[in-house]
Amino acid sequence: MRSANDPPTSQSRLVLSEYQTNNVLRHLKGRLFYLLCLLGSLVGILLLVTLLNDIRQDGFHYMSKHFFTNFPSRKPEIAGFHGAIMGTLWVMGIVAITSFPIGVGAALYLEEYAIKNKLTSLIQTNISNLAGVPSIVFGILGLQLFVRGTIGYGPAICIGEQCGFGRSVISGALTLTLLILPIVIVASQEAIKAVPPSIREASYGVGATRWQTVSSHVLPQAMPGIMTGMILALSRAIGETAPIIMIGALTFVAFRPEGPLDPFTAMPIQVLNWISRPQAAFHELAATGIVVLLITLLTMNAIAVLIRIRLGQSGAR
Amino acid sequence: MSFETTRVTARYRQNLRSNLGGRLIGAVLFLCAFVTVVTTVGIVVILFIEGLSFFAEVSPIEFFTGTKWTPLFTSKGFGVLPLISGTVLIGLGAACVALPLGTLTAIYLSEYATPRIRSVMKPLVEVLSGIPTVVYGYFALTFISPFIKEYLYPEAGPYMAISAIVVVGIMIVPIVASISDDALRAVPRELREAAYGVGASKLEVNTRVVFPAALSGVIASYILAISRAIGETMAVTVAAGARPNLTANPFEAVQTMTAYIVSVSLGDTPHGTIEFKTIFAVGLTLFFMTLVMNIISSRITKRFREVYD
Repeated sequence: MRSANDPPTSQSRLVLSEYQTNNVLRHLKGRLFYLLCLLGSLVGILLLVTLLNDIRQDGFHYMSKHFFTNFPSRKPEIAGFHGAIMGTLWVMGIVAITSFPIGVGAALYLEEYAIKNKLTSLIQTNISNLAGVPSIVFGILGLQLFVRGTIGYGPAICIGEQCGFGRSVISGALTLTLLILPIVIVASQEAIKAVPPSIREASYGVGATRWQTVSSHVLPQAMPGIMTGMILALSRAIGETAPIIMIGALTFVAFRPEGPLDPFTAMPIQVLNWISRPQAAFHELAATGIVVLLITLLTMNAIAVLIRIRLGQSGAR
Repeated sequence: MSFETTRVTARYRQNLRSNLGGRLIGAVLFLCAFVTVVTTVGIVVILFIEGLSFFAEVSPIEFFTGTKWTPLFTSKGFGVLPLISGTVLIGLGAACVALPLGTLTAIYLSEYATPRIRSVMKPLVEVLSGIPTVVYGYFALTFISPFIKEYLYPEAGPYMAISAIVVVGIMIVPIVASISDDALRAVPRELREAAYGVGASKLEVNTRVVFPAALSGVIASYILAISRAIGETMAVTVAAGARPNLTANPFEAVQTMTAYIVSVSLGDTPHGTIEFKTIFAVGLTLFFMTLVMNIISSRITKRFREVYD
């Protein structure tokens, strides 16, 4: 028997050193892999910084009061964003009004009312599939259904000469509503799921009906989560360009829409129009428009975070 | 006795009434949910009706095998392959950018980052998917394309597939990172501890235990991300150009299916003509490509999800 104090035999020393070098190598590989992961995750953030910096450099030459009050023009120094801002406000207002009740209603149905059957799981699967449909396909849907009032077969829905809603604010808004509905529904479902069952049980226990339970206990508790999801969905809709190009938002609008049936342009469409011109001055205008667009998005996201923090404290979570 | 009966009946009636109200509310809520089903049916019906009337005039064989896409010219060619090749080039290129970056990000976030770093880094990465795609288009056209022309490939024109590939790749990184991160974090602690217990290093635990255990979720995220890249519209419209081009060279201008649809709707092609109907045929093709990928992705997630309890 060898005791621990005995010097290692030459054979075991060899094994030991092999083990040691092996270990050093393993350690080194581990550090390298860690660095690789760190670098990989920094690439995206680095590109984000470059992008924002690029826009910051170009985006403030034309930033002035005129930019917000003027309509687009062939002369870059007097061209403005007014029509696009008003168009986006109109469209987003209608999107908010339509998508909130439908989205929350659908989420309430799926979480509180629906029996777990084939139809329910079909609706649920369909919602997640719909979220993956390219936005331009929604544009094609909107072009037929809302702009022209037809599904391509049989008669169109017409009032007098006017078939469908035409290339108008309401067509754009309804198209975007269908586009963001899956997002609103899923976010609302998550918020409703997070309301603890004990609250429902207490309400049923004192004899409340299902609707009383839902409307005065579940919904108020879920509201911060729903509002956060709603704002995030709206900020997705603001940046959407493809579907409203499809439904025919104009790219050169020297007026602001006065009603839901008026033609319109929107911020990303105006930006696209400026990008697609060859002159550098228009690219700077596009960058200025992008700055306005990004600041709007940033504000909306900040509001969403604030709502989550402020109302979340008293809420269920 | 009769007094009791009337009281019961009155309450019964009242309950019935409120139950009726409840049912009405239930029906209205059901209709809200049903809007989504109607949307899907609407998309499918519209694409099929207009698509079929297109295929009545152009044979599907010509459409899917032709290599000349010039529906708006006098000598019309209705071969969609150049558009599909442009779409696949950008989709696969973006995958080459996003899959490694997204996977590394997910591993970093779930296995290495401290909770503090994670709480800063995850939202930052997700900002990438919140930026409007037209902004990416601007960045590609005014920053990446000139950069590539200056340093890498001076012969390139102002439009090139590669700069669209870069921005589309970056914008789908959060999809890969976020879903893979969830999958990695769902791997139970015991698996890691068992591996450490038999002497594995962190690298070995991550690459040979955690990552394989989360593989189905990771692959689902890959497919979903590629599907998103294929449906991406504005960045490729702005940066990749508007020339249907059957090429695998990323430094040339290409046109994707989505960019073609946009170019038709920006033009003044009259409705009802065969030229206009092309957008439905192309839209139908695009819809099915993305649908199949999304279904495969969700099947993988469902079927191969390891249930750890």
